[in-house]
Amino acid sequence: MKFIDEFRDHARARQILEHITTLVARLAEQRGGPVRIMEVCGGHTHAIFHYGLEAMLPPELELIHGPGCPVCVLPMGRVDDCVAIAERPEVILATFGDAIRVPGSRKSLIQAKADGADVRIVYSPTDALALARKHPDREVVFFGLGFETTIPSTALTIAQAAREGVDNFSVFCNHITIIPTLKAILDNPDHRLDGFLGPGHVSMIIGTDPYRFIAEHYGCPVVVSGFEPLDILQSLLMVVRQLHDGRAEVENQYQRLVTSDGNLTALEAFHQVYEPRENCEWRGLGSIAESGVQIKAAYGAYDAERKFAVPNQQVADPDSCRCGDVLTGNLKPWQCELFGKRCTPDQPRGALMVSSEGACAAYYQYGGGNVDSPNHSTSQAES
Amino acid sequence: MSDTTRRQLPTLAARAVTQAHGGGGKAMKDLIDDVFVREFTALPEVLEDQARLELAELACLGDRLAMTTDGFVVDPLFFPGGDIGKLAVCGTVNDLAVGGAHPRYLSCAVILEEGLPIDDLRRIARSMATAAREAGVEIVTGDTKVVERGACDGVFITTTGIGVIPAERKLGIERIQADDVIIVNGWLGDHGAAILAARGDLSLDTDLESDCASLNGLIEALLAAAPETRCLRDATRGGVATVLNEMADASRLAIELDDLALPLRKEVRGMCEILGLDPLYLANEGKLVAVVPAAQAEAALVALRGHPLGKEAAIIGQALVGKPGRVTLRTGFGGQRIVDMLVGEQLPRIC
Repeated sequence: MKFIDEFRDHARARQILEHITTLVARLAEQRGGPVRIMEVCGGHTHAIFHYGLEAMLPPELELIHGPGCPVCVLPMGRVDDCVAIAERPEVILATFGDAIRVPGSRKSLIQAKADGADVRIVYSPTDALALARKHPDREVVFFGLGFETTIPSTALTIAQAAREGVDNFSVFCNHITIIPTLKAILDNPDHRLDGFLGPGHVSMIIGTDPYRFIAEHYGCPVVVSGFEPLDILQSLLMVVRQLHDGRAEVENQYQRLVTSDGNLTALEAFHQVYEPRENCEWRGLGSIAESGVQIKAAYGAYDAERKFAVPNQQVADPDSCRCGDVLTGNLKPWQCELFGKRCTPDQPRGALMVSSEGACAAYYQYGGGNVDSPNHSTSQAES
Repeated sequence: MSDTTRRQLPTLAARAVTQAHGGGGKAMKDLIDDVFVREFTALPEVLEDQARLELAELACLGDRLAMTTDGFVVDPLFFPGGDIGKLAVCGTVNDLAVGGAHPRYLSCAVILEEGLPIDDLRRIARSMATAAREAGVEIVTGDTKVVERGACDGVFITTTGIGVIPAERKLGIERIQADDVIIVNGWLGDHGAAILAARGDLSLDTDLESDCASLNGLIEALLAAAPETRCLRDATRGGVATVLNEMADASRLAIELDDLALPLRKEVRGMCEILGLDPLYLANEGKLVAVVPAAQAEAALVALRGHPLGKEAAIIGQALVGKPGRVTLRTGFGGQRIVDMLVGEQLPRIC
């Protein structure tokens, strides 16, 4: 298929892999240990597993699967709040598909739907606004999720609702931003990261400049990457080359979509409607200052949190959950004692088992690219 | 009995199904006569509470009866390439045929939602009759119920089928052996993708059509050419991936697929790329997975490709001695990944 197959060329991949292997071998020997690169974005994690990339890489190159899956890092308390809104008889709760299985402490949206809540899957916030126009006697609430990638589209939808005066539409805002979270990860003295693959879709909105502090202050290379397998391999090579040359810079592999200063129209919409939230809770990582956004008072009529009283209770992850350690690269998914036993995609206990973009779910489903690795069915029988 | 010798059938005046049509009285009898008896010409002129089937006729065809039942619900009721009626006939015919049976008789139970346009019901019944005629089966008995508006989604149909398995046929999942090849009869995922597009909430314009078709003719051609075929399954809900996991699990073998060999239309691939779906899990309604010994693989392929429903048939993988029950895919990119059972249904990803 045009514009797809070019990015999946096996021969090219082999050439890049040879370069990576040579450079990584030298680096690993110099430093007496593996090279650790975090792919920040859940889309990258998904692609790495989908194409079996991890098993193609040399063993001295470890990929750490980062926090960039918005479904995975959604705290249980927020799911509870969303379920509480969905259960109100006047409400139609519109959501992206992969959010409906995320477990709350009481139930997920899919369970709430089975219990009678009107939960509908939509593909865009504008579909939710269309529902609100179609059902003026109901309250349509859109479950706003995602990083900077999806923030402008909910912002524009809220602005459009305000312009049209569609007062039965609101957004339950759970949008989060990536930069404060990367900073929090780097400020953790236990982190063992040598470099980053920067998120492609987020960077399409914010540009590459916001990552400069990572290179300048923390001395870590960042390469903003596309999502096709050749994009990812090339980006890994760019990070490894920087490490090999002793450079720490922000480079842009995804030049066909990403610029240094981002999409100014999208950013304008973003800041027109949203402002930073003082503190934001991340499942598996805890509370991180200004890592999320909330709807400005000027658009308060479209803020589901203001419109409906939500319980707003914090629910702690189970103690045995080690998602935070997996996210910071200190633990591999299968090293968690819950993995594949008490924590499965069917009954997730931890955040990373929730969506196919979460590291644990990806390992469970795809076996980490290592088809002989222990995963669910065998680990239960053999352990 | 041909239409011309039949008694005069009533013509319904009502335009939509009402509770009266489920009440057991004249309205119900008129509905059954006008819609179903008119179309299902194998129904006797005087309906009894059961169909009566000639044993001797069945016994000529083989030594075992095969029986299967399936419930059909689909939104929308009419979609490119078919409708719920065609689906209800082909689905049950295929469930019989993949066991090696000659499908012979079907029953048809319909649950109708109050308010359903009678013309829609006629269209569905006509479509069932056409599909049955094409598959060489007779719809010999049925039932009609009406439920209140909102209690079902237009029409639910349950069909039960009876077929006869010839004495020499022994198809079974337990017969799969290492080195057997995995064959499919054509484009994968067309039905799932067509239904997704037909629901209209994706705003995707495609010419995709459901692959809904009865496979008994194709299967006869396959079994004639490759009589040692180990087993057959139709890859409906859960797609090819689910069928292969069941096969690997039951045979205690590993199955390895070749990504580049999967027959996928570019529209289906594109849709999956956009929505983050895996075509291996998309539903099919006219695709079978055949496991054939390597020595008969070529003959099987030639036979399948010589049939209108098998033109794009392809070998997509192989059974291997390996981790029992594990299905893997060798990616076109040179990597390898596990193809597991789906936990729930596939959901489009956020971004």
